Amino acid sequence: MPLIKYIDHAGNEYEADVDVGKTVMDGAMDNMIDGILAECGGCCSCATCHVYVDESYLPVTGNAEGMEKEMLTAVNEPKDNSRLSCQIFVTEEMDGMTVRIPESQY
Amino acid sequence: MDISDKENSCLIVGGSHAGAQLAISLRQMGWQGRIKIISEEAYLPYQRPPLSKALLAGKQELENVYIRPETLYEKQNIEFALKTRVAKINRKAKTVETQTGEIISYDKLALCTGARVRKLEICGTDLAGIHYLRNFADVSRIKGELDSPKKIFIVGGGYIGLEAAASLKQLNHEVTVVEAAGRVLQRVTAPQVSNFFHAKHHQQGVSIVTNKQVAEFLGNNKVVEKVVCTDGTVFEADLVIVGIGVRPNEELAAQAGLKTNNGIWVDEFAQTDDPDIVAAGDNTNHPNKLLDTRLRLESVPNAMEQAKAAAASICGKPTEYASLPWFWSDQYTIKLQIAGLNTGYDQVVLRGDPADGNDSFVAWYLKGGKLLAADCINRPKEFMFAKQLLAKKIDVKPEQLTNENFELKQLV
Ligand SMILES: Cc1cc2nc3c(=O)[nH]c(=O)nc-3n(C[C@H](O)[C@H](O)[C@H](O)COP(=O)(O)OP(=O)(O)OC[C@H]3O[C@@H](n4cnc5c(N)ncnc54)[C@H](O)[C@@H]3O)c2cc1C
Ligand code: FES
Repeated sequence: MPLIKYIDHAGNEYEADVDVGKTVMDGAMDNMIDGILAECGGCCSCATCHVYVDESYLPVTGNAEGMEKEMLTAVNEPKDNSRLSCQIFVTEEMDGMTVRIPESQY
Repeated sequence: MDISDKENSCLIVGGSHAGAQLAISLRQMGWQGRIKIISEEAYLPYQRPPLSKALLAGKQELENVYIRPETLYEKQNIEFALKTRVAKINRKAKTVETQTGEIISYDKLALCTGARVRKLEICGTDLAGIHYLRNFADVSRIKGELDSPKKIFIVGGGYIGLEAAASLKQLNHEVTVVEAAGRVLQRVTAPQVSNFFHAKHHQQGVSIVTNKQVAEFLGNNKVVEKVVCTDGTVFEADLVIVGIGVRPNEELAAQAGLKTNNGIWVDEFAQTDDPDIVAAGDNTNHPNKLLDTRLRLESVPNAMEQAKAAAASICGKPTEYASLPWFWSDQYTIKLQIAGLNTGYDQVVLRGDPADGNDSFVAWYLKGGKLLAADCINRPKEFMFAKQLLAKKIDVKPEQLTNENFELKQLV
């Protein structure tokens, strides 16, 4: 099962084993990792699940597109590696990936 | 209260969006005492929005929509009593009594009882084939009757009725929506938005009838067959879904002598008049400083954020709940995101053209020149900026809102 690392605003690191096919948001919810509120339950409506993806994994996760990209242009501190974590479906290749949770979500 | 005291007990009545978030937030805030969620339903907390969307359309199952996995509750020592209804609160003794007579004591009590559907009080509602849409059990019953293409009749053209219509149309059923008011979504949106959704459903083959009220249901062998309207019109129906709004579950609180008035009366910290009882979710009437009014909301963001505030109060670290209300609805490929509340608007201006076939526009609601709310149809960016404009009370001119070339980003 791929291991995803979440780093919070204060630099604390949390690890979660996430089933392939689940999302990076699910991994945070299922393991009570704070900072990802996921108010819309993963339907790309709330942007309370914003994360910064470790750049070296961007080729694997891909960049935001469509609705997600539009939402991200208007979050606090958007960056090139911004993603809505509910739109990243975990694959084996993501094993070891780190995502950072923005400070504004705390 | 010493939150590290393992002897303390927090009892949560109602295990849905508010109840689940409250339990998790308590643990995140360091509550080490007992946490027990008592829920009438047979399932661990699940997300309700998909009930009329992906779940009804058969794209998701219950197991995909649990709010948290069972293993997390186990790990966090959050206990559940499912299929258990709390019948009474005894504030003096600090206990609750379940419907079966079991007495459970608490140090802190959280009322997350939500809302229940408003029932249609006309003849024939006891016939088989007539449903409401609030719980997973409702969806499962509805789906159980949809083995072949059916004539489905939906009473109520609100969000839930329209979402159900969209989901069921996609499964190739024949769908009719009847709305008593002059247009769908009348209570919540401007005519421009109502008209857009009406046209969209029409285009997809859903029949929408407005200004018509259902008078009674007629059946054969105790199964619904016909819907009779007050003007004498008759519709054939194999299955009926009634979606005419909800009522807050406030009786438990009222019977215990807590103040209620269209919801359980709480302050900005989700605290009731009893210092040991908090309440959060669809069942509360709460103040919102940002909007400068009291209100009762029916939305997941409200349930979750208020539950966080309730947990903070229990832990003795009160944090004010004063978020901007927002909501969403998914129908076909249309994502509607609503920021703010449009109550009392006197002006509506549009960005984009609802009729240009792109299914993409914003209806901005103003009152006395001040922005109140925005209905964003496939406009996620504008929705995000609208939230910020409203939360920060930034002045914005109607010309800026309507001008597609004006970047709202400049203002926030
Ligand atoms: C079909 C549908 C679609 C929706 N779509 C959206 C959407 O897109 N976006 C959005 O923001 N919101 C949506 N909502 C609204 C949203 O689901 C509610 O706002 C939310 O569920 C409120 O959560 P809650 O925890 O306050 O209450 P509820 O979800 O109502 O839960 C209360 C729970 O408490 C239980 N309970 C009540 N009394 C007792 C008692 N005495 N003893 C034990 N248990 C008790 C109830 O059985 C229930 O399980 C939708 C609702 C429905 C029904
Ligand atoms: S959970 Fe709402 S956008 Fe990701």
